[in-house]
Amino acid sequence: MRNILAIVERELRAYFISPIAYVVLTAFLLLSGIVFQGILTQVMDYQMRSSLQSAQLGRATPIDGPAIISQQFLGTMSVLLLFMIPMVTMGLFAEEKRRGTIELLLTAPMTDLQVVLGKFFSAVAFFLILLMASWLPMSVLYLYGSPASGPIFSNYLGIVLYGFALVGIGLFVSTLTENQIISGILGFVIALAMWFFDLLAARAEQPTKAIMEYLSVISHLQDFMKGVIVTSNIIFYLSLTILTLFLTYRSIDSLRWRG
Amino acid sequence: MISVENLTKRYAAKIAIEDVSFKVNNGEILGFLGPNGAGKTTTMRIIAGYMPASEGSVRVDGYEVFDNPLDVRRRIGYLPENPPLYLEMTVAGYLRFVAKIKGVAKDRLNDEVNRVMQRVNVVDVKDRIIGKLSKGYKQRVGVAQALINDPPVLILDEPTIGLDPKQIHEIRELIKELAGSHTVVLSTHILPEVEQTCHRVIIIDRGKIIAVDTPQNLRFQLQGAERVLMEIAGPAVEVISKLKATPGVLDVQKVSETDGRCKLQIDGELRKDIRSDLARTVVQSGWGLLELQSASMSLEDIFLKLTTAEEVEKAGT
Repeated sequence: MRNILAIVERELRAYFISPIAYVVLTAFLLLSGIVFQGILTQVMDYQMRSSLQSAQLGRATPIDGPAIISQQFLGTMSVLLLFMIPMVTMGLFAEEKRRGTIELLLTAPMTDLQVVLGKFFSAVAFFLILLMASWLPMSVLYLYGSPASGPIFSNYLGIVLYGFALVGIGLFVSTLTENQIISGILGFVIALAMWFFDLLAARAEQPTKAIMEYLSVISHLQDFMKGVIVTSNIIFYLSLTILTLFLTYRSIDSLRWRG
Repeated sequence: MISVENLTKRYAAKIAIEDVSFKVNNGEILGFLGPNGAGKTTTMRIIAGYMPASEGSVRVDGYEVFDNPLDVRRRIGYLPENPPLYLEMTVAGYLRFVAKIKGVAKDRLNDEVNRVMQRVNVVDVKDRIIGKLSKGYKQRVGVAQALINDPPVLILDEPTIGLDPKQIHEIRELIKELAGSHTVVLSTHILPEVEQTCHRVIIIDRGKIIAVDTPQNLRFQLQGAERVLMEIAGPAVEVISKLKATPGVLDVQKVSETDGRCKLQIDGELRKDIRSDLARTVVQSGWGLLELQSASMSLEDIFLKLTTAEEVEKAGT
C-alpha cells in the first residue's frame, strides 16, 4: 500500500511540475465554463418563455432548471473528458519506458500489480481534481437556487465511473509505446471508437444493435444523466476498468519478457 | 552469494546469452567484460529480476529470482546502463521516493537518504533538480539509488560509461570501498577498468562465457603470453627448476602431482614459441614427456575488440 501511495505522490508532483497539469486544468476550466454559460442561458431563456406562456394561457409547465443544467453540463463534460483523460494518461508508462525509469519500478521490491495500481490511481487522482474544478461553475446553481442533490449525485457518479474506464484504457495504451504522443492519440481513438458504437447501433440490426449498444461507453451514461442509478451500468464501467487493468498487468509482464 | 546456472535468454529472433553459469562469492567484485551486445546487460537484468530467463536459474542469497522475486529484489541494488532518474525531481526528493518503494520504514527514511547521499557525496546538490546536474553527479545519484536500504548485492551496469577520467576514478574508488561489505557485479567493455577494480573477471562474447579468471591472469593471457601445459614423468622439484632455467620461460607452476608424474603450467615470453625448447629439455634430462599442450586461448580476437573499444572511448573524451 505504501508503495502504491509513493507512486501516486510522485506522479501527482510530476503532473504539477510539468506544464501538462496546468494546460489540462486551464483548458478544462475554460471549456467547461463556456459550456456551462451556454446551457445556463438556454435554460433560463426557456424558463422565461414558459412562465410568459403560463401567464398568458394560464397553463403552468414547471421544469427543474438546476437538474437540467447539471444533466446537460455533465453530459458535455463526458465529451471533454474524452480528450482530456488521454492527455493525463499518455505518459504514465510511455515516459517511464522512454527514460528507462521503468527498470527502477520493475526491479524494486513490489509486485507488478502494485505498480499498475499506483499508476492507475495517479491518473484517477488527477481526474478527480479535474472533476472538482467542474464544481466552480456548478456552484452557481447552489448560490442562486437549491437544486435537488439526488440527480446531481447520480450524474457525478456516472462521470466518475466513466472516467475510471477511460483512465484504464489510457493506462493500457501507454504500456504499448515509448512515445507519449502516440499513446495519447491511441487512447483517444479507442475511447472515441467505443463512443461511436452508440451511433453505429442506431442503424444496425439485432443482435448487432444490442451488442453495439452494450459496448458503447456513452450509452451506459444516459441513465446516470437522467438521475437513475442502474446496477448494470455500474457493472459495465467497473468491469471495463478491471479489464483494462488486467490488460495493463499482462502488458507489463510481456514487457519484462521482451526486455 | 549469487549463483547463476545454465542461464539462457532467447528473444524472438536471436539468442542473447546461452548456457551461462558462474558464481559470485561474498564480498567480491566481479567484472563482466565484453564488447557491446555480448549479453552483459541481459545477464544483469536477469539477476536484478527485471527480466525472466528463458532457461536456467539465478539464486541470490539462496532465493531463486523467478520463484521469489521480491525476496531477491530486496537484496539487490541495481544500477541500469541508463541511470533510472526522474529528471524533474530534486536529488533528495528522488532518493526519498526510491526509499519508499524499496520499503524503508517511515522513521528511517530521512536517515537512510542522508546516509546514501553522504556515501556517494551528493549532499551539496541535494536540493538541485536532477535534470540540471552534470553527468558525473547524475551517475552518482544513480549509484545512490542502488545503495538505498543497504542491499548486500549491487549490480552495476557500465557504472563509468560516459564519465570523464576524474569522475571515472571517483566511481571506481567508491566501488572498491563498497566491496567487502557488499557483493558487487559490474559490467564494462573497458579492459583497464576490470584490472583496477575487480577481483575476478568473466569475459563474455556473443552470449557465451569465454573465460573466468583474476585480472592478473587474464591480462597475461590477453597480452598473448604463451602458456603451455605439460605432463612429465619425473621428479617434480627437479623438473621445475630445470624448466625454469630454459630460455624464454617466465614462470613454472605445478598443477598436480601423482606418483612420479607431474602436471605443470608454464608461462613463456610474449610471442615466443617455447614448446620445442621445453620438449628438448625434458627429453635430454631423460624424463618422459607424456603431454605437451598449448593452453593460450583464442582471446586475441576479443582483446582486439576490447582495445579498439577502449581507444574509441579515449578518442571520444
